[in-house]
Amino acid sequence: MAIHQSMDFFRRWMRGSSPRPTIRYRGIHAYMLVMRPQDILMPVPAGLCCKPGGFHIDPVRPVERALITHGHSDHARAGHGAVLATQETLDMMRLRYGENFAGATQAVAYGDEIRLGDVTVSFHPAGHVLGSAQISVTCKNTRIVASGDYKDARDPTCAPFELVPCDVFITEATFGLPVFRHGDAAGEVNKLLASAKLFPERAHLVGAYSLGKAQRVIALLREAGYYAPIYLHGAMEKITYYYQERGIPLGELRPVRGMKKAELAGTITLAPPSATSDVWTRRFPDPVTAFASGWMRVRARARQGGVELPLVISDHADWDGLTATIAATGAGEIWVTHGQEDALVHWCKSKGLAARPLDLVGYGDEDEGETAAVTGEAQPAGEAQPVGETKKP
Amino acid sequence: MNRFAELLDRLAYEPGRNNKIRLLVGYFRETEDPDRGYALAALTGALSFKHAKPGLIRDLITERTDPVLFGYSYDYVGDLSETVALMWPKAGANYTEPLLGHPSPQPSPARGEGAQPSCSPHSDVEVTDVGEGRTCGRVPSPLAGEREGEGYRGQDSSEIPRTHNNPPPPTLTDVVTTLRTLGKAELPAQLARWLDELDETGRWALLKLVTGAMRIGISARLAKTAAAALGDKDAHEIELMWPGLSPPYLDLFAWLEGRGDKPVNSDPTPFRPVMLAHAIENADFANLDAADFSAEWKWDGIRVQAVAGRDARGHIQARLYSRTGEDITGSFPDLVPSLHLPGAIDGELLVLRDGRVQTFNVLQQRLNRKVVSPKLIKKFPIHLRAYDLLGDDENDLRELPFTERRAHLEAFVAKLGDPRIDLSPTVPFASWEELAAARADPKSAGAGDDADAVEGVMLKRRDAPYLPGRPKGPWWKWKRDPHIIDAVLMYAQRGHGKRSSYYSDYTFGVWTRGEAGDELVPVGKAYFGFTDEELLQIDRFVRRNTTEKFGPVRHVVHEPDQGLVLEVAFEGLQRSPRHKSGVAMRFPRISRLRWDKPPREADRLETLERMLISMTGS
Repeated sequence: MAIHQSMDFFRRWMRGSSPRPTIRYRGIHAYMLVMRPQDILMPVPAGLCCKPGGFHIDPVRPVERALITHGHSDHARAGHGAVLATQETLDMMRLRYGENFAGATQAVAYGDEIRLGDVTVSFHPAGHVLGSAQISVTCKNTRIVASGDYKDARDPTCAPFELVPCDVFITEATFGLPVFRHGDAAGEVNKLLASAKLFPERAHLVGAYSLGKAQRVIALLREAGYYAPIYLHGAMEKITYYYQERGIPLGELRPVRGMKKAELAGTITLAPPSATSDVWTRRFPDPVTAFASGWMRVRARARQGGVELPLVISDHADWDGLTATIAATGAGEIWVTHGQEDALVHWCKSKGLAARPLDLVGYGDEDEGETAAVTGEAQPAGEAQPVGETKKP
Repeated sequence: MNRFAELLDRLAYEPGRNNKIRLLVGYFRETEDPDRGYALAALTGALSFKHAKPGLIRDLITERTDPVLFGYSYDYVGDLSETVALMWPKAGANYTEPLLGHPSPQPSPARGEGAQPSCSPHSDVEVTDVGEGRTCGRVPSPLAGEREGEGYRGQDSSEIPRTHNNPPPPTLTDVVTTLRTLGKAELPAQLARWLDELDETGRWALLKLVTGAMRIGISARLAKTAAAALGDKDAHEIELMWPGLSPPYLDLFAWLEGRGDKPVNSDPTPFRPVMLAHAIENADFANLDAADFSAEWKWDGIRVQAVAGRDARGHIQARLYSRTGEDITGSFPDLVPSLHLPGAIDGELLVLRDGRVQTFNVLQQRLNRKVVSPKLIKKFPIHLRAYDLLGDDENDLRELPFTERRAHLEAFVAKLGDPRIDLSPTVPFASWEELAAARADPKSAGAGDDADAVEGVMLKRRDAPYLPGRPKGPWWKWKRDPHIIDAVLMYAQRGHGKRSSYYSDYTFGVWTRGEAGDELVPVGKAYFGFTDEELLQIDRFVRRNTTEKFGPVRHVVHEPDQGLVLEVAFEGLQRSPRHKSGVAMRFPRISRLRWDKPPREADRLETLERMLISMTGS
């Protein structure tokens, strides 16, 4: 019997559990006999690594095989050898990065089981954006669910969150503080419509992440009975039209490009958040700046960004959603990724659940990657002219 | 209460004055009596009840939530009322409840009926749909569309009423009238009940209201202007009758909506709308005859209206108003005894020490104090310099020409015979040239040692009545030339509202000797003074010459040979330990862009130091 100790087990994130040596018996790794969750999935600099399956989940660096939960740029990056994801996520990556964003791709339907190495994986709706998935990884009798970003609130633009019972639940904590309670998104959209009614001579600019949030806001506006054309910032067009192609009804959409200032009075335009404080806004008549985000719940946050009409609409679970979901999975162990980990870990422990933060880096900015497109549009005519010579002393 | 809270919430984000008025008018139109009247009272600071202490609020929340989670949350949000409003648990929730029987989880305490799973990964039973719209177990989930409206959470389960006999959320009237009479011991329980009944915004507004911390960026004047707009009236009319009105202003709203007579002001000390002057331009003098005008010094203090009158029992009442009609009597109790004769004086508040008028810098130290202590009163003795008399015991004098009012004023001040109140002296002149000379050197033209507190001259037509507002022609202000320095643009920040896409707030600096040779030290910040065209030019310069970005702030290149020199005009200087440079400017603005000047030729801190010494003698 050969006994081999590996320093791998002394990783920082394992605080609280006693390290054990790797045991080999006739060439078989002991983890295949006595499975521990951290033997199945482990955080490494590239992301969540599944050694027995030979893949990473949402890697932030190029890897050989990647399983991607959803299309936001902080989770879905280009340059992997092979990518397994839902059809929608693959399509979104193609839209963003071009045809050759990965060496090979494979689409997976929600619920299909796929064997990878020593593990079985399956994808389940996460309710975050179109095509978003939680990834279930089962090895022997242990199931871990990496939920990616998720929400349990209603969203007419994507499949609803599916609860997957598991032993270990990996949850995000973007809004992991009890002050984040998102409330009813329809009510927030009504705020927007009331403002549009009160200020018919002004344009309403709604900052929203261009993948998911924008389309959800549009769908909610339609549900609220707003049937006028809705205008789109250039960076929104491709992805929004893709949603329409997938059969999600969004009504009449128009590019804002080329519109005259006066024509935009009384209209609603969706734009990436960074564009709403840019020179780009000068084409609108006295614009009211709205921003649709869970962050808008906190007034100081909203005011910092110069937002005049904060709309609390989030594609992430709020505090009640996080805690209810964690409880409902039945998992005895909770790993908490990006966001307000401390508070959520504390809550789990107070409920008798084993919990620890997974110190993963590189997640949490969905708007990343859109800035280039925005500033590209933002250059006003005449920007290249020299200044300063006209003024005399 | 929820509707009022919505209004406050929206006002707090709206930067534009006219848009704020629109929001307010909309509220007054849609809201019924007496709620809108109490709202107007809350906005004008006319409500009075004992405020709740922050400690009480903190106790309420720590009884109901995990203190550790509250700590994290407060730390994140940074505002007690808002933190409590956001994390206030739904009625009936109990945070100490554990997840019983884990790993067969029980309903989450926070989540009502939407959270009722009974699926366990360790049981062999294949569980499918459990509860409302919840999916559990491995159910192949179709794409969007087919199950639309069937979220995991169920259809807004959080919005389902808790029980059948919930009381409706309190109205603003409920809150205000209850708080007036509520005993201290009953307050915590009453607050908790309201917090249970209100939504998030309602809770936030309630807590702001009861802790007396309602800062929402609108003045009493703006609220009155909006009320006036409801009835297409002039805000001055409301200002005139305001002291005679009391919440919830049923008579006011009846009049505004054309359902009732104009309320009569029976107040013995009413405010009269103030007359203001236009700034005179050089070209204006050609059309003006010096003989038509009387001149006096423009004192650099606070314009006020001091009104005394007899109440129903014949006792003298006195009030001090700001030029917008706000009652500021409470800040200057030391002046009240001097106002012992019925009359309305238009004048300037100044600080006098040993008969000498102090500069605005000194007066400023008496302003905006929560408590006016005897020490403060002694250190900054207040004085009223009288410009005009609008009325006396019997008559409204405003229709009289200035010369006649002046005669009444002189007699009135003499009759008062009070050392705290004196006349603003006239400045004799025969021609505009003579007046220009006096303006250039007030010290030798009669102002003497008080010259430092003179900020120019006022011209008043001898035949003009006292008119509200800023009529063009009868009154002119001819301000002293501002101080000027050349400074270098160092940082730029985006503006607010209409200017949110422009870098319109500028921090500028002057040269000083540093450890490694000459360096720029910031001396002030300005965000106006330039034309729209100049704003575009500076904005373009900032965007192209940014060296670093810190959130909304950009560092702009400022090297001896590279950068933008701004000519900055300002009214005064004072020492300031809060600024790195040790000096602070009063009323700084950009007067010119010096594209022609290399930054190394901008002014030095020593220049400001010298100006400071000549201005204050310190």
